[in-house]
Amino acid sequence: MIQLAWLIPVLPLLGFAIIGLGGKKLSKGQISLVGCGSVLLAFLLSLGIFFQLHGQSEVVKVASWFATGRLSVDFSFLIDPLSVLFMLIITGVGFLIHLYSTGYMHDDDGYHRFFSYMNLFVFFMLLLVMGSNYILMFVGWEGVGLCSYLLIGFWFKNTEYNNAAKKAFIVNRIGDLGFLLGMILIYVTFKSLDFSVVFKGVHDNAYNQSIYNTIGILLFIGACGKSAQIPLYTWLPDAMAGPTPVSALIHAATMVTSGIYMITRSSVIFINAPVASEVVALIGVLTAVFAATIGLFQNDIKKVLAYSTVSQLGYMFLGLGVGAFTGGVFHVMTHAFFKALLFLCAGSVIHAMSGEQDIRRMGGLKKALPITHLTFLIGTLAISGLPPFSGFFSKDEILGHVYEHEGSGKLYWVLGVIGSMLTAFYMFRLYFLTFHGKFRGTHEQEHHLHESPKSMTVPLMILAGLAAVAGFLGIPNAHQHLLYNFLEPGYGYAKTWIEGPSHFGGEELKLMLIAIASAGAAIYLAFMIYRKNNVLPKEKEEDMPKIQRVIFHKYYVDEFYDAVIRKPLDWLSEMFYKFFELKFIDGIVNGIGSGVKWMGSMARYVQTGSIGFYLFAMSLAVMLIFMIKFF
Amino acid sequence: MTTALIGPPLVAYLVGLPLVFALLMLFAKGEGVKRVAFIASLVELGLALFAYYTLHKNSLSPQLSMDVPWITSLGVDFNVAIDGISMVLVLLTTILVPIIILSSFRNNYENPSTFYALIMFMQMALIGVFVARDGFLFYIFWELALIPIYFICLMWGGENRGKITFKFFVYTLTGSLFMLAALIYLYLNTSIGDTNIHTFDLKALYLAGQKLLPTEQTWVFWGLFLGFAIKMPIFPFHTWQPDTYVTAPTQGTMLLSGIMLKMGTYGIIRWLLPMTPAAWASWGTTALLLCVISIIYASCMALVQKDFKRLIAYSSIAHVGLIAAGVFAFSPDKNNVEGITGAVVQMFSHGINVVGLFFIADILLSRTGTRELDKLGGIRNVSPQFTTLFMIIMLGSVALPLTNGFVGEFLLINGVYQFSATMALFAGLTIILGAVYMLRSFQAIMLGNTKTITASFGELSGNEKTVLLVVCAAVIILGVYPAPLISIIQNDVHQLVSGIMPMHS
Repeated sequence: MIQLAWLIPVLPLLGFAIIGLGGKKLSKGQISLVGCGSVLLAFLLSLGIFFQLHGQSEVVKVASWFATGRLSVDFSFLIDPLSVLFMLIITGVGFLIHLYSTGYMHDDDGYHRFFSYMNLFVFFMLLLVMGSNYILMFVGWEGVGLCSYLLIGFWFKNTEYNNAAKKAFIVNRIGDLGFLLGMILIYVTFKSLDFSVVFKGVHDNAYNQSIYNTIGILLFIGACGKSAQIPLYTWLPDAMAGPTPVSALIHAATMVTSGIYMITRSSVIFINAPVASEVVALIGVLTAVFAATIGLFQNDIKKVLAYSTVSQLGYMFLGLGVGAFTGGVFHVMTHAFFKALLFLCAGSVIHAMSGEQDIRRMGGLKKALPITHLTFLIGTLAISGLPPFSGFFSKDEILGHVYEHEGSGKLYWVLGVIGSMLTAFYMFRLYFLTFHGKFRGTHEQEHHLHESPKSMTVPLMILAGLAAVAGFLGIPNAHQHLLYNFLEPGYGYAKTWIEGPSHFGGEELKLMLIAIASAGAAIYLAFMIYRKNNVLPKEKEEDMPKIQRVIFHKYYVDEFYDAVIRKPLDWLSEMFYKFFELKFIDGIVNGIGSGVKWMGSMARYVQTGSIGFYLFAMSLAVMLIFMIKFF
Repeated sequence: MTTALIGPPLVAYLVGLPLVFALLMLFAKGEGVKRVAFIASLVELGLALFAYYTLHKNSLSPQLSMDVPWITSLGVDFNVAIDGISMVLVLLTTILVPIIILSSFRNNYENPSTFYALIMFMQMALIGVFVARDGFLFYIFWELALIPIYFICLMWGGENRGKITFKFFVYTLTGSLFMLAALIYLYLNTSIGDTNIHTFDLKALYLAGQKLLPTEQTWVFWGLFLGFAIKMPIFPFHTWQPDTYVTAPTQGTMLLSGIMLKMGTYGIIRWLLPMTPAAWASWGTTALLLCVISIIYASCMALVQKDFKRLIAYSSIAHVGLIAAGVFAFSPDKNNVEGITGAVVQMFSHGINVVGLFFIADILLSRTGTRELDKLGGIRNVSPQFTTLFMIIMLGSVALPLTNGFVGEFLLINGVYQFSATMALFAGLTIILGAVYMLRSFQAIMLGNTKTITASFGELSGNEKTVLLVVCAAVIILGVYPAPLISIIQNDVHQLVSGIMPMHS
């Protein structure tokens, strides 16, 4: 079975090829069948491998890609607990979202385009987590970036959407340069890019910390791009321009967690790179809190979820930075369930509201959308970190390790708890404003309100179930921490350094209770404001207090980047073009040229002659000269 | 030589056949001229593929060689041979010429027989440059390549062609004269023992160059550099290029950017790198710096272009800058051959991609009457196939993995990094800036709502589709399976650099 692993990415690639080449000639039914079927088959195969895997790591080589004498790169896949877990998430959640899309995108003209891109995305995403060397990871890494670009700009007539797509690609490329340079430094250091060689190299030369710090930071720059961390997070909220299933799959459940995968995969390097790890933790916790504050005042249902994604990703990096790799991956998994769920619920709401995304125009949707309401509530509880929902366990796993982290651990923990309070608050604000109170939209919208079709609600229910119970895979106790037990053998050379799961100690329990209580308090506050007193977000900016206005405008970070990077770059280029390029350099050249202007008169002769004759004479002459030997 | 019994070896046919075709073309008449030219170029391609097939991949010496005395009094031989590096460029030439001819099927040029004869003649000269192993012969081919392209630009070019083409001609000719002077200086140092016998033989020139004093090497280095740098071009010797590319007829631009500029990058590898090791050690960094400036400067220029053809012209300077940077970053101590290997791979990929992009610019102009980004838009609504093909070529150009641009670019930046991480960081900016100008122009041309001039764009015609499909196929196939190219380069690159001994004290 494991030897068949190469089929897993190939299936969605075939799906892409069939749908892409078939195009409009295929019926919607056929497209759905190929699009969903290929991902489902990949999921079943992954599941089969999961059951056959008993902690071992196997490399499945398909073909060699290129070899330059010193560097040889193969198309080969690494099957180990970590990659299998990601494969299950990608194909499992991926399948549910594909299924959902058959309903959500049903009336869209670009139905075939949508599914071909989605299949292509799944292919690249699988390549990213299955590749057995950094280059293949990079292939998947840039490939998912391409699909993200294609899908954000899916509705390509809208200039704003196109700009969002372009921004996503370019900001990601900034990160990719970091990844590329990090990868080259790995190659220069270890003369290989294969995980097995590199990790063994680090293990055998653990003292070489300054290089590992550099590698770690370079790789993390890549992760900041793809996983939307400070300072490269700005593309993700804009990426909500894409169809909602895209936001669920790419911009919540899978692609944006690539950075976490990358660092977990490179855990040996990061464990031996204390400075880089500290940077990861710091950026992670800052992003977690910073993005959460922006989430407080957003009124677009998808934007709130987008900032919450940025924030949750921050938690994952915080975990990785303090060495809680299992915790980070655990949170990737639970987040994939509850955040995909929340996005799909949002899609269901938007569907019912005929495209409306502003929560100020919603309210009271509980009645018309009972399934969406209930599943959304489960998702909200899970992300808010209330037991027994999944988010509680994974977040606790991270925060427990953070608290024990030497140095700034306690500070990070406090920030982490503040962040999770903010999360609980804005999520319940979102929940109450959307589903409770009076309906605030138009009559037409109210008349049109309806629960979504089965194809959409079934995935919601499955994801809600997972979001509710998945936490039990990681009960904080060494023997029952199923996820840790599963992943542990896969850490390979990092094993000796990896911390075990957190334990139910006295202090641990206290911390946990504090976290729960603060989340509860935040929820109570949201309830009092938005449910009890029916406070609505301000319509006009002028009515907002100054600080709220700054946060509402996302701290003007986009404007800042525009003013210090984009505009100066364009302006300088323009100036250089007009004055330096056209006037100065070319001026010198022409100046020299006019000194020999008399040659111009010679040109006039050839312009009037018959080129054919010249050519004839020339060819003949050349031939004669060269052939002279043979006469 | 041993091959005398069965006539001249394959390499002689490779050079000679296009010349014969060029002559025959002159006598062809009427509508069929295009087709005759196309078929002739396919024959040449078949010959090149056969040569590729017969090439021994693991051999360490130049193959398919032919060395006959030519101008004995001067020590000039008709010495041609093909190794892996030459093979890549011969393949590039012979693959691109049929594509270029096919791309012209939609045009009705005046004097078609002359037009195609010039292309054939140029092909002869280009292949000659890539296989010559004699300094004088190299120079002859080098200049012969300039003449047909000069006429093509002059006769079939656009606005202001007289002035612009003349500037191009004089500028590159000036560069070549510096190169010639350097070659002659080397030649004069080739005397064997006390005799007064000199030779232009490549290997002899290497030895002569390596024996020179560092100051002499410096002069030779910069002489050769000027010739090659102007041809590619490298900042600040590039100002002839955008005007010439824009004014030249599309096929001329394709010949210039797809193949001819590789004469410069090839020249650096074959005629400069092993020639003056001491100068390389002291001046290579300066040259590298110019290349890196080229990359960033030209990318920034591309950012502000309004004409898509001019934009590609600048992007070409950036890409070629990276190719040259990979070579100039080579240092015998570090033995970072990745950069050279990457350069050869990327010469091929760049040739394919840039020809595709210029063809796209040509299609835009012929269907809408403009290449101005601001005036275009929304073509995706009316031409999904064109969109897909354009997108694939664009992805190749921004070096997305699994397209042909990636492996070369990775090796190039890798090679530069091993020399200097800072340089690699700046050179690597190309992956960001390249994405910015390519995505911007793609969006401006293809996305959004249709405008009046793009509403009637329509789908591609048969041969347009064929050309773009071939280019796209090359983009993807070489991206997924670059082994056929890389495998033949590897040994020759090692061979080339192993001959470099720092001779100076």
